[in-house]
Amino acid sequence: MQIAPILAALRRHRLATMLIAMEIALACAVLCNACFLIVTRLDQIHILSGVDEASLGQIQVDCSNDCNEVDLNARLLSAIGQVPGVQSVSVINQVPFGEHAGTVGITLDPEGHKEGGVVDFYLGGPGSFKALGLTLLKGSVPAAGDYQALDGFAPANASVWVTAELAEHLWPGEDPMGHEFWVDKFHYRVAGVLQHLVRPNGGEGGPSTRGWSVFVPAVPGKGLSGNYLVRAQPDQLQRVLRDARDAAVKAAPEAVLDREQSRSVGDLRKSYSEQDVAMTGILVGVIGALLLVTALGIVGLASFWVAQRRRQIGVRRALGATRRDILHYFQTENFLIVSMGVAVGMVLAYGLNLWLMQSYELPRLPVYYLPVGVVALWLLGQLAVLAPALRAAAVPPVVATRT
Amino acid sequence: MFGYYVQLAFQSLRRNRVLTALMILAIAVGIGASMTTLTVMRILSGDPLPGRSAQIFYPQVDANPDVTSHGPYDLLDYRSAMDLWSAHRADRQALVAAGDVHLVAPHTDVPALKLSMLTTTADFFSMFNVPFQYGQPWGDAEDASRARVAVISDDLNNKLFAGANSVGRTIRLHDNDVRIIGVLKPWRPSPLFYDVGGGRFADGDTGDFYSKPQDVMVPFSTGQDINRNHFDIFTCYRLYDGKSNEQTSPCVWVRLWVQLGDASKVTAYRRFVADYAAQQKALGRIGRADDTRMMNLMQWLDFNHVVPGDVRLETWLALAFLIICLFNTVGLLLAKFLQRGPEIGVRRALGASRAAVFAQCLVESSVVGLLGGFGGWLLTLLGLWIVRRQPTAYADLVHLDLAMFLATLALSMAATLCAGILPAFRASRVTPALQLKTT
Repeated sequence: MQIAPILAALRRHRLATMLIAMEIALACAVLCNACFLIVTRLDQIHILSGVDEASLGQIQVDCSNDCNEVDLNARLLSAIGQVPGVQSVSVINQVPFGEHAGTVGITLDPEGHKEGGVVDFYLGGPGSFKALGLTLLKGSVPAAGDYQALDGFAPANASVWVTAELAEHLWPGEDPMGHEFWVDKFHYRVAGVLQHLVRPNGGEGGPSTRGWSVFVPAVPGKGLSGNYLVRAQPDQLQRVLRDARDAAVKAAPEAVLDREQSRSVGDLRKSYSEQDVAMTGILVGVIGALLLVTALGIVGLASFWVAQRRRQIGVRRALGATRRDILHYFQTENFLIVSMGVAVGMVLAYGLNLWLMQSYELPRLPVYYLPVGVVALWLLGQLAVLAPALRAAAVPPVVATRT
Repeated sequence: MFGYYVQLAFQSLRRNRVLTALMILAIAVGIGASMTTLTVMRILSGDPLPGRSAQIFYPQVDANPDVTSHGPYDLLDYRSAMDLWSAHRADRQALVAAGDVHLVAPHTDVPALKLSMLTTTADFFSMFNVPFQYGQPWGDAEDASRARVAVISDDLNNKLFAGANSVGRTIRLHDNDVRIIGVLKPWRPSPLFYDVGGGRFADGDTGDFYSKPQDVMVPFSTGQDINRNHFDIFTCYRLYDGKSNEQTSPCVWVRLWVQLGDASKVTAYRRFVADYAAQQKALGRIGRADDTRMMNLMQWLDFNHVVPGDVRLETWLALAFLIICLFNTVGLLLAKFLQRGPEIGVRRALGASRAAVFAQCLVESSVVGLLGGFGGWLLTLLGLWIVRRQPTAYADLVHLDLAMFLATLALSMAATLCAGILPAFRASRVTPALQLKTT
């Protein structure tokens, strides 16, 4: 197939060619970035929690005024523990995707000058570490002596387990074991490294800080009560939690059960990512509509060109061109126009990404999105031009003889 | 002439139905997407107190005893808020703090509720034009006497008392009897401006600024009696155990809103806040006196980036989409007009001026625009219906008003007219002789 005659023909329709190429360029830019946004959202939706989500649930009660927290814990641990199917129940201040209850700023020196960032403290009573199903990279499971009583919001001096992500942020390249950090005067020493443990929700600092969690073994009592981690077989979890909610209401009539929060970690995750799911749906819808409109534009213009060139097509057919030649002519023409479009489109996509990076703190667009977008538009173009091109190929040679 | 052009336009559109349908569909989809997001934007970025917002100010003093560089906290500590409020230097002033309470309504079969309670002072209602259904707000006397009175929302009144006039009835808040003295009309400011704060740290996730107002409101002083140390804390600059006395805690949790009628009062109040900070610094209670701020309501909303990042992103996406649709329309209109080259040639040969051909083509584009706008309006309704089903706090606020309906049609007409200019210009340059020869 010779390209020169096609280019010569296109040159006679410069304006229309340019318009359709520009439309494809814009579509390419939006398509690449929208796909990238979708993937970023999906990453957030499917973020690794680091805990055994399928087996875990939370029961949260709110004890209004000055109730005896030790007594409340004792009553609820016993009541929930007696629910058939409960493998373990323990006290914890927060669970992944639930309400955050331990967000705190840490420093790397006792004077409080060297800021370490804002992290989340998981204060867990005996049994909670094992129940969470955390994966240890270094150190061992907290021993009985590691559980310290709270002095205010947390133990004042304790061994803690940090996530690998947080360790890498605080002490890049170093072995975190034995390192220390402070919260005001409170002092903590790293006794173990967790593979992963996600913060309850977003938190300050955006997606890169989602893994900045610290597990602090603590003795339940004053300051740590009312929130219980329930573990059960995944297939029984919903039933167990339903019974546990009833048991909690019965065991502590003076407290109010928080039904929103007293659900399985899986359900909490679902509510947590509801908005991201919705936004992903919108983005998919926009991409679909975008491709549709672009295809319609190609169909419209190609149909017009075919209609305009009926006689010329007839002449070519009369001179010996096959149907296939005519078909290929329009397909190649479309390929050339789309290629011009995506060449500009890739630059636009990159520019749009730069702007998004500035205004929405989005990461850089990975380069492989560009060729994928290009191929998608090539395919779309070929698909859209097929019907008009087939119509062109069906033009009989006899048209040439009519005026 | 215009009527004739319109008639011609319809005739021409009918001739090539596929092309016409494609154009109208493309415009409708582009307009539908952009108007959906623009409507949401307009609702979310609107002024919650039209006509009044320029007089409403939010004073800020940095409560931190250390010298910091991050600017004042978004809220005030109890002491500063109380001092500034008690001075009564503004036309109106209201303290605002919220916290969870347990509510029981005796003699009803509604189970105990846990809900957020707003505590504020008498000026709140007049300053923010809060509408009342039954009864009235409390006054300065109730603030001073720590009266056990409450104002409840329309929602809560429906839930507890089936919408009846409940003034005079009693509810129990944290085991304290409180008498209802007022019931609000449905009141849904967008955003919930008096509770906005911390938007800088929200990473664009600010949908919750559009929540409903609290269902129970009691005097600030009463709240300190019945719900002491259970108020929502914004942040603390020193360790705080979350249990002990909030009034003396190293934490910020109180807001102060003031109304200042004219520029001289604003200047005077700014000086008053600065003087207060200087005095407190001299006393050694706070670290910085040179960083007091006082934004007006809309500035404060801007500072907190109230419009959620997702909504802004969707708007940009929709506008990009509209531009693509317009490119599409330009291409299709061009095809359509040039297809009629012979016809235009005849008209030109019979004496039609270029301007007349140009005008005729533009009329045809605007007919397409009008039809596309109508389709766009239907798609906007569909889009907003989808938005209302989203899991966001502002879902119930979203609706299409008359202004936005007219804007939809106007945008569509304007867009297609712009799209029509180039093709119409090209059509008007058709040389009569050449076209006549080939037909």
